[in-house]
Amino acid sequence: MNGMATFPLLSRVLHWLMAVMILAMLFIGLFMASSVGPDYHRLVALHRPLGIAILMLAILRVANRLRSSVPTLPEDLPRLLRRIATTSHILLYGLMIVLPFVGWGMLSAGGFPIPLWGQSLLLPPILPHNPALWSWLRSAHTILAFALFGLVLAHIGAALFHGLIRRDGVLRSMCAKEAPSPDLQEQKPV
Amino acid sequence: MRFPGNKASLPDVFADDNRIGSKPMAQKPAPPPILALRWLGVGAVPAALALAFLWAGGCFSPGRVTQNRLMGELHNAGSYGHGFRRAHAKGVCVSGWFDASGDASHLSRAAVFHEQHVPVIGRFALAVGQPYASDNAATVRSMALRFMPPDAPEWRTGMNDPPVLPLRDAHDVSDFFTAQQSDPATGKPDPARVKAFGATHPWLRSAADVNAHRFISSGFADDTFHSLDSFVLSAADGTTTAVRWTMIPTQPVTPSDAKAGDREYLFRELISDIHTHALHWHLMMTVAGPHDAINDPSQIWAQDDQTLDAGTLTLNSIESEDGGPCTGITFDPLVLPPGIQPSDDPILQVRSAAYMRSFSLRAGENRSSSAVTPTLIQTPESKKS
Repeated sequence: MNGMATFPLLSRVLHWLMAVMILAMLFIGLFMASSVGPDYHRLVALHRPLGIAILMLAILRVANRLRSSVPTLPEDLPRLLRRIATTSHILLYGLMIVLPFVGWGMLSAGGFPIPLWGQSLLLPPILPHNPALWSWLRSAHTILAFALFGLVLAHIGAALFHGLIRRDGVLRSMCAKEAPSPDLQEQKPV
Repeated sequence: MRFPGNKASLPDVFADDNRIGSKPMAQKPAPPPILALRWLGVGAVPAALALAFLWAGGCFSPGRVTQNRLMGELHNAGSYGHGFRRAHAKGVCVSGWFDASGDASHLSRAAVFHEQHVPVIGRFALAVGQPYASDNAATVRSMALRFMPPDAPEWRTGMNDPPVLPLRDAHDVSDFFTAQQSDPATGKPDPARVKAFGATHPWLRSAADVNAHRFISSGFADDTFHSLDSFVLSAADGTTTAVRWTMIPTQPVTPSDAKAGDREYLFRELISDIHTHALHWHLMMTVAGPHDAINDPSQIWAQDDQTLDAGTLTLNSIESEDGGPCTGITFDPLVLPPGIQPSDDPILQVRSAAYMRSFSLRAGENRSSSAVTPTLIQTPESKKS
């Protein structure tokens, strides 16, 4: 199995770039929501553009995923694990897109101005001013962020399981360049 | 001996490895000790991240002042909750406009200092946790404003009537709220705790003294309100100026006669005043002198600082918080337009973070009607009809 195809370069770049951004985002979000210290405002000001950047990259990523070749999972992977892998990836993509929208929507519903960068560049509201909706979305933002963090942990655990226990090439497919294997020519990125 | 990663103890997931192992290209299963190390590797990274996440959430920092901690302390200090603001719970909505004088336009490019008739929504309140508390002349009063220039980002500010804030940072705020904790026997703060707070926070003594001896006006309309925190104005040419500001009434000022009228007497007077004539305040900018503390709201600024009249606030309309335009927003002092920046004053961050949490809590709760009801606000004419 160590001859397994790897992800195309764009997919790998998007994956690792977003891995760093999403982890940073989760830590910033949790820290700023549980601290009133001197970095609070700076972190909130960073959280918004980072979230919008993740949203845009996530949309790009889903589009790229739909049109690019994806290495198939090892044939001997049990059906249950295969299903869990597919479902968790759909959930990961979903949360990458939903969480920024919930954040944007909650600030809209809360009647807050939404500065994207500095004080002059503001995002328009995407929901009407509605305090009850703000409160609901604010809670949803937290719950979904915890869910995303849990999924990220499971994702990392699963990747290491593939890499260290099964050693089936799945982890390598997101880390390494395409293996120079003649029987994989047809799966080269377009 | 069985290792956590021993094949025999694993579900069929691992059995697949045997199948791989049976293929010519695959590796042989690792011997148990190495296998255990590998499983350790699988678990270590998620576990380390989970621990770091708990750290970010404050689980290993018992001394950290968090939003939850402040809300809990306010609750213990008698904050009512149930859909009301956690502090300054008793209030009323007002509206009007702001006319810039132009005198501060060279210090800040904010639209509010350049334009005429900028719409304003505001809120007058008493600094109490109980929205049904009786009006009392000695209670701290606040004026909160939201300036909404039609073509520029908005500006929000919350001001109190004592001249200085006897709190320096997040820990002071948390300690102060804790000291205000209600004694179950009396329902009031324990005087011993309040005294102990003063003793353990000697750096706040001069500010507390100034506020204790402050002039108390007869009501909201003739009161002076202070920004407390410092801000930095930035001009079109990039120059910055540290300031505090004050709203000074043009209404004649009379001292409070300390009569404890009916429960809503301060709000009744305000309603009657606004119904009689529009109320006006001058927005006075105080420019920081060389010795003024920018990052500490508990420090009083020099008396000879330069002041500028930035413009005139007019309030000509008053509404109950029940359905009024000031209820569904926060007066977060860090909602600032280009031209006004936060200073390094740590209290600004505390207020911004705490107001947001208070708002998300109250907006999700069922709220009963305010003490200052729409009926109370009816004009004499509408009462007759």
